[in-house]
Formats: sequence, structure tokens, C-alpha cells
Amino acid sequence: MYVHTGRLYATVAAGGFRRYATYRTATAAGVFTNTVFGFILAYTYIALWDERPGLGGYDQADALTFVWISQGLLAVASVLGGGFEDELMDRIRTGDIAVDLYRPADLQLWWLAGDLGRAAFQLLGRGVVPMAVGALCFTLTLPADPFTWLAFLLAVLLGTVVSFAIRFVVALSAFWLMDGAGVAQIAFLAGVFFSGMLLPLAVFPGTLGEIARALPWSAMIQVPADVFLGKSTGTDLLGAYAFQAGWALALLLTGRLLQGAATRRVVVQGG
Amino acid sequence: MSGFGEREGPWTRLRDGLRAYRLITVMWIRSTMTYRASFAMSLFANLVVTSFDFVAILLMFSQVDSLGGYTLPEIALLYGAAGTSFGLVDLALGSVDRLGRRVRDGTLDTLLVRPAPVLAQVAADRFALRRLGRIVQGALILGYALVTLDIEWTPLKVLIMPLMVLSGAGIFAAVFVGGAAFQFLAKDAAEVQSAFTYGGVTMLQYPPAVFALDLVRGVTFVLPLAFVNWLPALYVLGRPYPVDLPPWVPFTAPLVAIAACAAAGLVWRAGLRAYRSTGS
Repeated sequence: MYVHTGRLYATVAAGGFRRYATYRTATAAGVFTNTVFGFILAYTYIALWDERPGLGGYDQADALTFVWISQGLLAVASVLGGGFEDELMDRIRTGDIAVDLYRPADLQLWWLAGDLGRAAFQLLGRGVVPMAVGALCFTLTLPADPFTWLAFLLAVLLGTVVSFAIRFVVALSAFWLMDGAGVAQIAFLAGVFFSGMLLPLAVFPGTLGEIARALPWSAMIQVPADVFLGKSTGTDLLGAYAFQAGWALALLLTGRLLQGAATRRVVVQGG
Repeated sequence: MSGFGEREGPWTRLRDGLRAYRLITVMWIRSTMTYRASFAMSLFANLVVTSFDFVAILLMFSQVDSLGGYTLPEIALLYGAAGTSFGLVDLALGSVDRLGRRVRDGTLDTLLVRPAPVLAQVAADRFALRRLGRIVQGALILGYALVTLDIEWTPLKVLIMPLMVLSGAGIFAAVFVGGAAFQFLAKDAAEVQSAFTYGGVTMLQYPPAVFALDLVRGVTFVLPLAFVNWLPALYVLGRPYPVDLPPWVPFTAPLVAIAACAAAGLVWRAGLRAYRSTGS
């Protein structure tokens, strides 16, 4: 039985991967956009780090690496939204969700598997090329140690789970609000501001920086980038993972509680 | 009879287009206003999200006093001018980026059989009044720059300010329409358009001194984004442009805008003619 369910979610994940793999033109277009923005940001970061070398504990190569990592991870962590949560909210609004609840699969795990498949495709489809272009055109800090690359991948995975868990909670809000667009909008704003895609959180001044680094959104870009740059090694690395895993668990659990409450609500509403 | 209005002059077509545009936008505004609280929230969200770029610049200036040799008010002038121009076009034409989706799902065909210019219909489609947020935000920052900066105003500098905002809007309009025409071919490549529209406005928020010289040449002579704000604003600030140009060049911005719009119009017509329905 256990093996069976494992296989089920693996199939769902593979489906998520294949589904995004079919959008070839869209993927190429996304790579193009991420690369263009990477160039624009890279030049502004050069101007900033020319003025203040070593800002936030990064040298210029670190800062430029940060730019290209964040462009590569934007789609993976779905920072700008527009992933499964729109579809899930639609299903809640139309009542199709009732069908999903009858399925012999767990709602949260089902969507998580699909989203991880999507993220895996985005990492290959939209992550590799901008990073390669960035490495060709600028001096970047690329880890020599294969262990750092593996550590980075694990951080990306954990960041994606945190991102999923946030978006799952956002989507479930539609059970109570009917139209989850407002909540989705707020989550999107917070993601843009606190993930590190706007500017490395290490550059945020004082208390604002401390708050930003403590919020779950920093698990999506800031933490994986620091792992890639070798800023988190040894105990620090374990600390970074603990931070990501802690938020992932807390948010997944919140989603689970909401899911339970929502399921009872569906029965009350009659779908 | 092949094609509506083929025998009519260009002015009649323009009038028809504007009329259709007005009718469709009014319809969307009415529908938006049905849920006023929701509209107020989305307007606010638009204002906040478009401010993030400037917040990033403010965060940078919390660490430094100048960026690429420019002070915060000087960058605010560049930002406000580009943001206001872009906001005007994003409000008026921002919906054209949905063209690819319409080509894909076949709903473009519905627009082709209606007796109104397709461009007007596509531009007015789902007209989003919340995009006023970006214009307000851009204008506020432009106002902040003008109040803070110590500019020695001359009649020419005063004249170039409105020319800058309007020409900038014209150039962005050309980029939007040209990008939409590209989607006739590329269908689901809406993000390529974003690279030029949102990417363009993001680049123009920073001084040209920040960017590589070849990039500056490219957006001066090839895709004339530099005429949106860099050239006129640097004239107002009395700063040299990184590429050597005669001093009257900033005043050609309106001509550049007209030429860009004409080119975009031709590309649009070519795209529309090349369009073959997906048949779905």
C-alpha cells in the first residue's frame, strides 16, 4: 500500500514536469526575459558594489552571482505566483474541489508532488541557461566543490517546499473568501519584497533586514544563494536547512489544519 | 466586400478605432466599478507593487550616497519620467500582451469579424483601470524629483519636460504594439514582450552611466528607448550623455516617437495579415 502511494505521487510529479516541458516557446521566452533582467540588475549591482565594495558581506562577484541565481530561481520558487494555486482556487470556487476530495489521494501531497515536478522542470528549463549566460558575461563565484552544488540543490528543494506551502495556504483561503485573489496578491507582494529578488536581504538596513531574513520568503532565494556562495558551511549550513525545514513544516502543518477545516466546510456547503 | 472600411480614409479608420476603444473601455470600467471595494484594493496593490522598484533604489541609497555618479533626486527624475510615460501606455494598451493567448485559444477570430479595428479591440480588452496606480506612483516620484532638484530652468528645459513624458509614452506604445505583433508568430512568448516593456522601463530608471556602452548605443540607435527619458532628462540635469551626440538631439524625441509608432503600425499590419487562425 505504502509503495503504491509513493508511486502515485511520483507519477503526479512526473506529470507536473511533463506538463511544463510541453510549453517550449513559453520556456524559451521566459529564459530570454530572465536573462534580460539579469543583465539590467547586474549593471545596477556593479554600480552599487563599486560604491560600497563588500556591501552585505558580498564582494562584487558574489553580488553578480546572486543576480543570476535569483533570475534562475524565480520560476523554480514561483515567486511571482501564477502556479498551481490559481488552478486550485478555481476548483474551490467552482466546486470541482469536491471531486478532488473523493480521490484516494491526499489533497496537499497531490498538489505538492505536481508542484515539485514543475519546479524540477523550471530548474532545468529556466535556471541553467541564464546562469550560463551570466557566467559567460560576468565574473561569478562558482563553487569548485561538488558538495556545495549538492548542498545548493537541497536548499532549492527546501525553498520550493516552503513556496508551495505558502501558496497552498493562500489557495485554501478561497474556501472562506470565495475569491482568493486579494490574499494571493498580498502573498505575491510579500514574496517579491522578502525573497531577495529585489535586492539581497543582506543589503536591507537594520531591523528591516533582520525581519526580512526571519520570514519564510527568504528560504526561496536568499538562503539557497548563500549556500551556493559558500556563506553557509558546517553548522551554518545545518542552521540554514533547519530554518527552511522549520518554515516548511510549520506552513505545511497550517495547510493541513486548514485543509481539515475546509473539508468539513465543503460537506456543510454541499460542495 | 473584403475587410471593413477598406475604402475609407485613414482618418475615418482612426475615428472608428477610437470610438470602438472608448465603448469597450467604458464597458470594462463599468464592470470593474460593480465591486468598488475590490477595485480600491487592486488599485492600492498596483500602487504598492509598482513602488517596489523605487523602494529597491531607496534601499540602495540607504547604503550609498550616489549610484553611477548620480544622486537620489537625479535618479528620481529618470525614474519618475519613465514611470509616468510607461504608466500611461500600460493603462491605455497594457492588455495587448494577451494577444498571444487569444491567438492560441482561437478567440482572436471573434475580434476579426467585428466591424472595428482589431488593435483597438485588443488594446481595450479587459481594460484595467487599476493601472492608474502606476501613473500616480510615477507622477509622485517625478514631483519629488522636481521639488528636490536644484535646476536652473530655461524655457527650453521647461518645454522638454512635457515633450519627454508624451514622447516617452509614444515610444513605449510602439514597443507594446510591436511586441504584440510578434505574438502573432510566437503565440506563447508573451514574456519576450515583457523583457522589452518591463525590462525597458526598469533599465531607464537607472542612469545610462551604469550600463555598458554598447547597451547604451543599442537603446539609442536601434531600439530608441533612450529618447523616453535619458536624453531629455540629462539635458534638463545638464549632464553629458555617455554617447557623443549634438545638443539638439534630445528635442527630436517627438519625431523618434512618431517614427517608432509608424514602424510599429507597419509591423502590426504585417502580423495581422500573416495571421492564420488555429481553427479551434
